Amino acid sequence: MASIASKSVAEDPAQAQARSLRLPPAVLSYVQATPLILILGFFFLLPILMIAVVSFWDYDFAGLYPDFLTMNYEETLGSWITWKTYLNTLKYTVLVWGLTLAIGFWVAYFLAFHIRTTTMQMVLFLVCTVPFLTSNIIRMISWIPVLGRNGLINSALIDMGIIPAPIEWLLYSDFAVVLALVHLNTLFMVTPIFNTLMRIDRSLIEAARDCGATGWQILWNVILPLAKPGMAIGSIFVVTLTMADFSTVQVMSGGQSASVALMMKNQMSLLQYPAAAANAVVLLVVVLMMVAAILRVVDIRKEL
Amino acid sequence: MSKAAEIDIVSVSKVYGATTAVHAISLKIPPGSYCCFLGPSGCGKTSTLRMIAGHESISSGDVRLGNVVVTDFPPAKRGTAMMFQSYALFPHLDLIDNVAFSLKMKGVDKDARRAKALDMLKLMQMEPYATRRPAQLSGGQQQRVALARALITDPEALLLDEPLSALDPFLKIRMRAELKRLQKDLGITFVHVTHSQEEAMALADLIVIMNDGRIEQAASPREVFERPATAFVARFMGDHNVLSGRAVASDLNGIVAFETSGGQVFRVSGKPHQPGEPVDIGIRTDRVRLAAATDDAPGFNGVVSNIEYRGASVKLTVIGAGSDDFTVILSDADYFAQPVTVGDAVALSWALEDAVLLGRVTA
Repeated sequence: MASIASKSVAEDPAQAQARSLRLPPAVLSYVQATPLILILGFFFLLPILMIAVVSFWDYDFAGLYPDFLTMNYEETLGSWITWKTYLNTLKYTVLVWGLTLAIGFWVAYFLAFHIRTTTMQMVLFLVCTVPFLTSNIIRMISWIPVLGRNGLINSALIDMGIIPAPIEWLLYSDFAVVLALVHLNTLFMVTPIFNTLMRIDRSLIEAARDCGATGWQILWNVILPLAKPGMAIGSIFVVTLTMADFSTVQVMSGGQSASVALMMKNQMSLLQYPAAAANAVVLLVVVLMMVAAILRVVDIRKEL
Repeated sequence: MSKAAEIDIVSVSKVYGATTAVHAISLKIPPGSYCCFLGPSGCGKTSTLRMIAGHESISSGDVRLGNVVVTDFPPAKRGTAMMFQSYALFPHLDLIDNVAFSLKMKGVDKDARRAKALDMLKLMQMEPYATRRPAQLSGGQQQRVALARALITDPEALLLDEPLSALDPFLKIRMRAELKRLQKDLGITFVHVTHSQEEAMALADLIVIMNDGRIEQAASPREVFERPATAFVARFMGDHNVLSGRAVASDLNGIVAFETSGGQVFRVSGKPHQPGEPVDIGIRTDRVRLAAATDDAPGFNGVVSNIEYRGASVKLTVIGAGSDDFTVILSDADYFAQPVTVGDAVALSWALEDAVLLGRVTA
């Protein structure tokens, strides 16, 4: 008792001083939030604002001229090439989304429900992330010797006498683009779904079994509904990444297919920055609408 | 809803790898009774319940429900229903769909199953909340929904895994009464796992006390309290002091004399023991008096180490006879007529018939 009393007496003047220096709580919260506001402001809001501003500017081969024209949007939205490119990009996105969702769910389901020890779960989960130890480009390019005209698959099939001539559509085709995109993006599906599956109370599954549910009925009536938030988060990752992809489409289609981002990249290499900016704004709006649609279907607040 | 089944457990064991959780236990639970499995955590009571439910495979032995051996049946085919410790309500479904879940699995059409589920909710007085999600309910309400979900399958036996442990003390007592009433109304067999002696005493027709994967005693609450079978039961149920020693002599009148490690000799009535055999006796804490030992009333002298005032009674803790927490419960009138303080030497004794010779679990 005595020591506590003396301590509080000794600290009293220091405490009083600290109190006089203390900011009001309302101001304090703003001060604490400032670093993040600065970072997001400089590296996120400001660039987007600049793109939005530039999208209204005029340009020619020599330079950019500050102005307020809707010409860039008229040209973008009025051109059938834009619509075709959007359609193509959407086609890739839907295919990649469907495949990553199916594969990602089963991988996550296997990890969460069929691997019994946590150690093994973590080991296998890390194995899933191994491809991420190399860059996107390298993972993509390494498909070329596998899928190429004289690549592993074609030469193996010919050697076995299954096909007389190499299959042409393995590489530089929509198939190759989708394959590479699925390969690159499946983990973004696995992670959030695995996370939600791990949070499902195992007694729910026993309760379902107690109510007479079969394995498929448990999957359909209990596990899938409860995995929805994870599937939504994964879908947001995959949809935004695929909609904005240009390098995979360029490399894997051999330049024969276009995506919206690839179109922008080409415009930028021709120094048509305002046109590219207008395109970017349109893409941003489209992607935001898709994300909004996903969030409307699934309530992910439970996960956050 | 009146068909109740007898549950017959025949030398059932549960082995997990190298450890045996349940050692070949046998038990008959009469139809329509309220049976409580009681024991410390890890004693095998939950494993036993889960084996009856079918959520745990039976390593050896058989479980019979009514006239059917259900050992290899899946849970839903056994005629049992289980209520889980945390209720395990489906968070994504409203109460009607939660209760109707098993009917949906059976393929009952939507209107029929929702109507039946609503009837079940009515029975549990949860009808006004029918369209809510489980997360919007209190613990007691969740329990009622879990009961409704379990009972909609019209089971012959309801298995409850620590059903009251998630509730606050006040609600615990209320839901306890509700469970008992429900069991009486439905007339089916309830098997209830708990680690609370009070809960088991209040609810059960048959208390099964388990320790270390074995049944120590299976009897009515009154018998468990008045004639605990083993030292474990006496200690676990509380309200008993246990003294241990080795037999020195048994006479023909059914009196066994034994000597504690401290050298005191006590007498207790019970079946004869060979000299040198270990002997444990249980003495009810409320039957010990502050009086010197006589021929008919064994006792010893000890030192008071703690006094707790409890209102209607006073609890003394006494060191002596090889025990350092020998408990004496005195009525407040008796205590204040002759108060003692910590450190006082006191003479304790009890009537010969208030001590029980405790047995040991064999096998």
